[in-house]
Parts: sequence; C-alpha cells; structure tokens
Amino acid sequence: MRYDIALNVTYEYGRPVVGGRHVLCLAPADLPGQQRVVAASLDISPRPAERMRRTDFFGNTVEEVAFRGQLDEMEMRVRARVERRTPPAGLDISAPLERLAAEIMSQRTLGPLSPHHFTGPSARVKPDPAMTAYAQELLAEDMSALDLVRAVGLALHRDMKFDADATTVDTPPAEAFAARHGVCQDFTHIMIACLRGLGVPAGYVSGFLRTNPPQGEKRLEGADSMHAWARAWCGADAGWVEFDPTNGIAAADDHIVIARGRDYSDVSPVKGVLRTAGSQTGKHTVDVAPLAD
Amino acid sequence: VSAVENTTGDADSLIAGYSPLPGVADELIDSSGQVRPVWRDFVGFLSSLNHDEVGQRFARGDQYLRDAGVFYRQYGDALAGERDWPLSHVPLLIHENEWAEISAALVERADLLEDVVADLYGENKLVAEGHLPASLVAMTPEWLRPMVGVKPRGHFLNFIGFEIGRGPDGKWWVLGDRVQAPSGAGFALENRVATSRVFPDFYAEANVHRLAGFFRVFRDSLQALRTESDSRVGVLTPGRLNDTYFEHAYIARYLGFDLLEGEDLTVEDGRVMVRTIAGLRPVSVLWRRLDSSYADPLELDETSRLGTPGLVESIRQGRLAMVNALGVGVLETRALLAFLPRICEALRGKPLAMPNIATWWCGQAAERAHVRANADRMMIGPAFSTRLPFDMDDATLLGARLRARGGESLSALLDTDGVKLVGQEAVKLSTTPVWHQGKLIPRPMSLRIFLARDGAGWRVMAGGYARIGGTEDASAIAMQRGGSVADVWIMSDSKVDPTTMLPPPAAPYTRAEPGVLPSRAADNLFWLGRYVERAEGVMRLLRAYHIRLAETAEPNAPLLRWTRDHLDLYDIDPADGVPEQLRATLASAIGSASRVRDRFSVDGWMAINDLAKTSRRMAATVKPGDDAASAMSVLLRKITGFSGLVHDNMYRSMGWRFLTIGRSLERGMMMASALAHFADPDAPDGSLDLAVEFGDSEMSYRQRYAVATGRRTVIDLLACDDHNPRSIVHHLEELRDQIELLPGSPNRNGQVQNAHASPAARAARLAHAGLFAREPDTLDEAALLEIRSNLAELSDLLSSAYLS
Repeated sequence: MRYDIALNVTYEYGRPVVGGRHVLCLAPADLPGQQRVVAASLDISPRPAERMRRTDFFGNTVEEVAFRGQLDEMEMRVRARVERRTPPAGLDISAPLERLAAEIMSQRTLGPLSPHHFTGPSARVKPDPAMTAYAQELLAEDMSALDLVRAVGLALHRDMKFDADATTVDTPPAEAFAARHGVCQDFTHIMIACLRGLGVPAGYVSGFLRTNPPQGEKRLEGADSMHAWARAWCGADAGWVEFDPTNGIAAADDHIVIARGRDYSDVSPVKGVLRTAGSQTGKHTVDVAPLAD
Repeated sequence: VSAVENTTGDADSLIAGYSPLPGVADELIDSSGQVRPVWRDFVGFLSSLNHDEVGQRFARGDQYLRDAGVFYRQYGDALAGERDWPLSHVPLLIHENEWAEISAALVERADLLEDVVADLYGENKLVAEGHLPASLVAMTPEWLRPMVGVKPRGHFLNFIGFEIGRGPDGKWWVLGDRVQAPSGAGFALENRVATSRVFPDFYAEANVHRLAGFFRVFRDSLQALRTESDSRVGVLTPGRLNDTYFEHAYIARYLGFDLLEGEDLTVEDGRVMVRTIAGLRPVSVLWRRLDSSYADPLELDETSRLGTPGLVESIRQGRLAMVNALGVGVLETRALLAFLPRICEALRGKPLAMPNIATWWCGQAAERAHVRANADRMMIGPAFSTRLPFDMDDATLLGARLRARGGESLSALLDTDGVKLVGQEAVKLSTTPVWHQGKLIPRPMSLRIFLARDGAGWRVMAGGYARIGGTEDASAIAMQRGGSVADVWIMSDSKVDPTTMLPPPAAPYTRAEPGVLPSRAADNLFWLGRYVERAEGVMRLLRAYHIRLAETAEPNAPLLRWTRDHLDLYDIDPADGVPEQLRATLASAIGSASRVRDRFSVDGWMAINDLAKTSRRMAATVKPGDDAASAMSVLLRKITGFSGLVHDNMYRSMGWRFLTIGRSLERGMMMASALAHFADPDAPDGSLDLAVEFGDSEMSYRQRYAVATGRRTVIDLLACDDHNPRSIVHHLEELRDQIELLPGSPNRNGQVQNAHASPAARAARLAHAGLFAREPDTLDEAALLEIRSNLAELSDLLSSAYLS
C-alpha cells in the first residue's frame, strides 16, 4: 500500500520563549522489508539556527533543531510518500511461554533489537501489580508468546474505552488503567506493562494510521492524529510482533511506523524543555491518504 | 595535681588501655599485639601531651574548620541544615611501602574499569562473550543508551575514587568504585589542613607525603583537555542543595576553575558556552559533580531541571570533554562487583590484585542458591543500587535480620525478585584509634582513595579520606549516621617533597586572570547587595520608630503614625518587635549568598548567617519600644559588620561591582522614598530629625548646620551633598562610575557594545547629572519620587543587559 502523509505540528507560546532546543521524531521510518520511504520532507518555521539529523539508540532517525532569540510559535510540517508492505502472518513460530525466559537469556546482545531493553521498568512504564494480575487472568494452557500478545491486546480493546479527552500525555498508565479509558498512548503503555509483568519483552511504536478506511470498513480509532501501538518479542525465531490494542488488530498495512522505543519517552514527537513561565499549546493534524496502485 | 599525673602518660599506658575488638584487624596494633612501627613516633608524641594540651590542639583544628566554613548537609533534616564537620583528630597512619602495594592494585583496577566501561559503550564484547549478562546491563539505570557509541575525548575515566577496607586477615578489599562524581578529595584537603594545625610541630618533622602535587597534576591535565585555547574549564555542580556543594565550591576555588550550574550553560553549534555578564564564553572541559542522567534533559532524564539541553550533542561532536564521561556510573552498580573478578581473569589473564567485596547477583540460579544458603553472613540489598555496602539504607539488610523480619520469607523474595537483589559478604572492617575522653579507642573505618590521570597514566593521591564509625558497629560508618572522618598520613622513611599549589619560585610572575562572571552569579550578588541594604534601611527606620514609641508611649502620636505609613511601603508592621518581613529579607539575602559561596568570603557568610540567626531568636521575645530599639541596635551593629567585611575586604572583581551596584541602588531608592515622605511640608513635627537619623547623619548635620533641622538643609545633606556617603547623589555617582566599568554587553544582534554607550550607563549618567545640577529647594516630593522610579528603571536595564 502506498500513502501520502501530511503532518502539521504547531506550538504557540503565551509568552515568547528564548533559545529553544528540540529533538524531533516525526517522519516515517525506512524499514527494509516492511516500509519504504519514497520521498519525505520536514519543514520548520521559523527556520532553526541549527539543524542536524542522527540515528538514536533504537535505530530511529531524529532531528535536533535549535532556535536563537525569541520564539512565540513554531510549526513543523512533514510531507511523505511511503510504501508499506507487511509480510503476511504465517504460522505461529513464537516461543511457548514457558520457554521464553530461556530464549531471552540466550540473547547475548545489547543491540537495538535485543529483548533485554524491554523487560524491566522504563521511564513511563513501571511494573504494576494490578496490570500484571489482569494479564495473568488471560493465561491459558500451552500458550505461545504470540497467543498471549493477542489475548492481552484483544482484552484491552474489549475492556477499555477510547476517550480522547479523559487523559493527557502525562497521565500515568496505572491511572488510565484503573479508569479503563484513554487514548492510544494509554492503551499501548498498559499493554506494555501487562506483557512485561508476565515476562514478555514489550515496547512502543509511534506512527500513523490510514485516515479513511477502505470502502465498507469501519474508521479506526486514532486515525486523525498520531498513533501508537505495542510490539512484543516472541522468541528468537518469531522476533518482534506488533499489535494495536486501541483497535484490537495486528499492526499491518494500515499502520505506518515513525519510531520504536521502550515507551513514549523514547519516541515522543517533540522533545525539549522550554524554560517558560507562560502557557504553551501544541496541536497537530494528520492526513494519511492511500494512493491508487 | 602534679603535671605528671595530668599527662596521658607514656606510650605504654596510652596503648595499654587500647584493646582491639576480637576477630577484626586493627590499624594501630598488629596481630601479635604490638604497636605497628609506623605508629610508634606518633603515639609517643601523643602520650607526651597533657590533657589540656590535647584539648587545645583539637580546638585549634575545629576552629580552622569553622573559619573555613567546612560543613556538611544533613539530609532529611531541613531545619538543621548545615552541621559542623565531624573531624576525628587522630589521623590514620599507613606506611609508604604498604601504600605502594595498595596504589599498584588500584591503578590496575582503574585501568580495568576503563576497559570495561569502554566496552559497555562500545563493542559490547563482554556481553557477547558471556562475561556479563546482557540483562544485567540493560536493567542498570546508569547504563545510558544515548551514550552508546559515543567516544569521549581522551578517556572515560579521569578522576575516580575507591572505597577500601581491611578485612580480618589484614588484607585490603575494594568495597566500592566511585566514578560518577566522587566526592571527598576536597574534604581530604581540608582534613589535612585541620589535622596539621592540631599537630603542627609533629607534622612538620614527620615525613608525611603531601597532597598538593596530586591536585596540581590533575589541574594541568584538565587544562590540557581543552579544545580551544581561549576556552575555560568548569566544575559542574548540581547546586547548593547538594550535600557536597561546599566541596564543589571549595575545589573550584582551589583549582582556579569556574563553578558552574546547568543553567549557566547553553549550547550553540555544538559549543558549550557560559552565559556571563560579558556575553557567551566557551567552555570545553567540565569536571562533573552532577550525576550523568541529570546533565542533559533533552537526551537523558527529561525531568532534570539541573542540566543543559544539547550537552550530549556537544560531547558527540567532540567539542566538550566531560570528566568523567557521561554514563560511567554503570560501573558503580553493586551487581557488577559480582562479575569483575571473572572479567579481570578474562581480560588480563590474572586475578584482581586487590579483590572486591564478594558479591553474588541473584539474577542467576546458582548464585541465588548460594545466597539463600549463606544468607546469615551476607548483606542483601538492591542489585542496581550504586551505594556503598556500608552506606546501609532501609533496603539493605543483613540476611539474618531480613530473615527475622518475618512476613515474606527471604527465600520467596529471592525467587520473585532475585534479579533485583545482590548478596554481599558482610566484611568486618578494621578498626583505627579515635580519641575519646582522654584515651584511644578502636572504631571501624573505611578509606577512600583518589586517582587522577596525568599525561602518563594514573596518579594516586598520597593520602585519603577515612570514614570512621561512631560505634563499634561497622554499619554506622556513614556521616549521616553519626560517623566521623579523619586525615590519612602516608608515612615515608625519608624526607618528602613539600609541593604546594603555588608555582615554583623560578616561574615568571603572572597575575591570574580573574574568572568569567556567570550572569547567574552576578544576579545573586546584585540581589545580595539590595537585600542587605534593604534590611539595614528597615532596621534604621524601626529603631527610630521604637525610640520614639518608648519616649511617648503613645502609638497614635502623629509622627509614629506617619512612620508606620512609610514602613508600610516595605510591608513592615512595627507592632512585631522583629517583623516577619525583615526576617524574610534576611532570608532572601542568605539565599542569594548561598548561591555564590565560591565568590564570597567565609567570614561574610558566617556574619550574615549569624545576623539571620540572631533576628530569628530575637523575634520570639522582643517587645515594641525600648526592647525593640535596642534589638535593632544589635542587629545594625551586626549588619554593618557584614557590610564592612564585604566592602573593605572583597577584591574589586566584577562580582564585587554587582554587589555594590545593588547596594547603591537600594540605598538611593530608600533615601529618595524616605525624603519624599519625611520631608513633606505636611509631615508632622520631628519628621526631619527622623530622616536625618535614618540617614545616620546626625553628627554631620550638627557639624555642618549649627541650627535646628530645616527642610532645605536636610535635603541638602541627604540628597545633594556628594561628601555624605548616605546621600542620594553619592550613590548616583557610585552607580555611574561602577556601571561604566562593566563589560560591554552584547546587543540583540550579538555585537558587543561599548559599556559606555549602553542604555544602563546612559541612564546612570543622566540620573546623576540631573540631581547634581539641582538646588535642594527644587527637590519636592514629585522630584524625589522621580529619582526613585529612575533608579527602579535602571535596575531593570541592568537586569536585562547582564543578569538574565
């Protein structure tokens, strides 16, 4: 599937800020075998005094920008054409749950794909007894890692209410879980906590969703803003598997990846501390239009 | 009582009462019960002193520490704040031969740690080859992913510390590696100065290795790390609330480096710059006393308020040398100690020259079983903690105690949370003598030793920082738990090199260039000047008020009401003897002073603290009237003492200039307001006298005008007479002159303007000329209030040009 993607992010400051420095993680990723960026651009206004691109620890492309002088608003515009081809789901070659721990141990690496980064607590996802207990209820005999990932993702889709106004970007997952509501970020963080609680390495994917569904299908939740879903390491053979708990489906051709990390903190679209006493408001709009093949 | 009875007696009797604890080694007495040879002369000397002499000597050391302002901060006790430095006056003595062995072993360990950390942030061969579990590294909070693949300029480690202790078999053990931001080297220096004042005669003759050479080498090696010749070296501190802030300020001053906080810095095009009163100045080496994760909120801990966005990128570009490199804290992780012995075997083909405390990481089945079976002689605690084993926290317990706690059994805990736990052998530390009620008694101790790189390799400081337990229980060694500290003397058999920090006499004379003044420091000095002056002015007004209240005993007398109206301007209610707002102003002054401890004399610091303490004490009891008047006199004497210290003794640096500008601004503004109010034609009788008293100018007035106070003469003396140091014009002149001497500040476009042409300088010249040309008669209330608002405007101009 090919898409034309348009993302606009704007920040307005109640009082001008001085000398902002940001790390931006906004553009679709190039993922050999899954996703190809045909063309992409990121325009920023006002023009930053410094701009440089690099790859972060998890392999994501980020841009660092810095402004001099006063700034009362900032706008970032991403335009990209992306080709998305996820391999079709084959047989379940994931590890049986009881063998997963041993398979994790056997991974003697700290590379970006190593499961070890995704087992312990991360900046925004801490172990949580309530979520672990919730996930434990879903365990069944002879489950594979992939079975569990699906079970958790589907259960959250069933039990949690999508509510765009109930939480903020800083709502702790435990709070959203207790109220069983939130947006894709909350769904994803909760799914990560559930999986880690049962020893399944799990991480966060930021991205886009196709805005308008194919004819006759339901519009997906989160399609008009930036999206997020979870990924889990299901053993040495199956590797990483992605699942969207907000919509209760495996991430596939409708999901376009921007970046991957342990949780939102690793991939937040605009990082940077603003030393300002005044208010700041940020908003963004997304359009992901499929192209006729 | 004869002198003989009063002395501590001969060495034998001093030793006779000293009995080492069973089952532990002792520094003074060897295993056969004999005094170790290295201690003999010192013990002999100590026993030749009588009790009074010992007391006087110890007091001399304590006095030095108080005068030098050495303190430590007690955590969890906000009220107590700074505590006296707990020096144990008897040093720890170690012979240089034994020291050479210790040093060689620690240099080996330092090189090993460098290799380990370079691998953890580089190739990761230790993990790939199975010497370190990947899961352990991945779960260690101090392993910072953004630093992976980033090569530091030079080395990862440049200045490190090792905590070591002597076991029952007499051998030394490494208890922990201190690489993140090792503290104690500055305190070791202060301990040395204090202890050498306790034993000046003995110290001068004894062959004790000196410390200064070590610091000189380290200073030079930091200088050599700079990339740009005009860039500076800074000490990066988390700030005054840190428990070792005193040491940061002390060592920055001692080495001649700038003491910087994260907000002093900004990054432009990969270069780290200090915001100074003269614009941005480059820094290319930072000696970091701040934990790595706080250094850059953009790439490390996003919640940090102590860091500087862009620092990591600057390091990545090779523009900044961070000492030690960001991320080296991973080496302090307790669980790593379990693997270092094997890593040493693997990388070096031989065991560690000095073993570290035996440690088992319970994330592995065999190790977990071992800890379970031997829990009673282990300390069990968090695996990823970076605390030392003897800095016992609530989370670290002896296995026996953990077992006794009931509830969740130890065994179950190991099963569910093994990954998060380590067992460490509960080593019994050796004891060293401390002086207690006229005799020596043994107390457990551990020793911190410092290593720094020079061009050739590691240098070991010939001395150290001994921490001594307050009781026989080794777990109470931390200062926070009542422990004390002692100097460490490395004794030579021959004469030692008496190095100092001063350059050799043959070196050409150069005047050290004064450091750049960060805007934050200038701002604090400016406000310190203003707060102190405001407090003084308010005290004078209050004293005048209470003297009159005592005379008339009629609070509603017109002059008293008139004075209360004026005090209201400062939120002061004289019904309280020592009003809360006055104490708040003094507290603000201390707040400002505490942020510039490195630029501020210890005497000044003590004076201002004493002032605040006295005012707090008085507040509880002082009543309006006579009582309050004399209280104000006491406070005024103290505050003028402070001002005298600052203005007579402080070097005329840029820092002093901001302090004095703040003072003149405030004094000018207060006098203009006071004259506008008290010299008002409608003011009640006695107002003019009160104004003269506020201006502390009764004597001058009587000398100059042998008449009763009149409006014209009072205005002349207090506003227009440039010979009167309390007059407005005098302070306008001072402001004009000092502002002209400030560096030109860069304008919006980054061009440095001539200070002469700056808006602040122009405003100051104008204000001075305006008043200078005036006849006293024409200075009515409106004119005086205009002067006041001109000064307020000048304050804003200075703030925007230099202080933000």
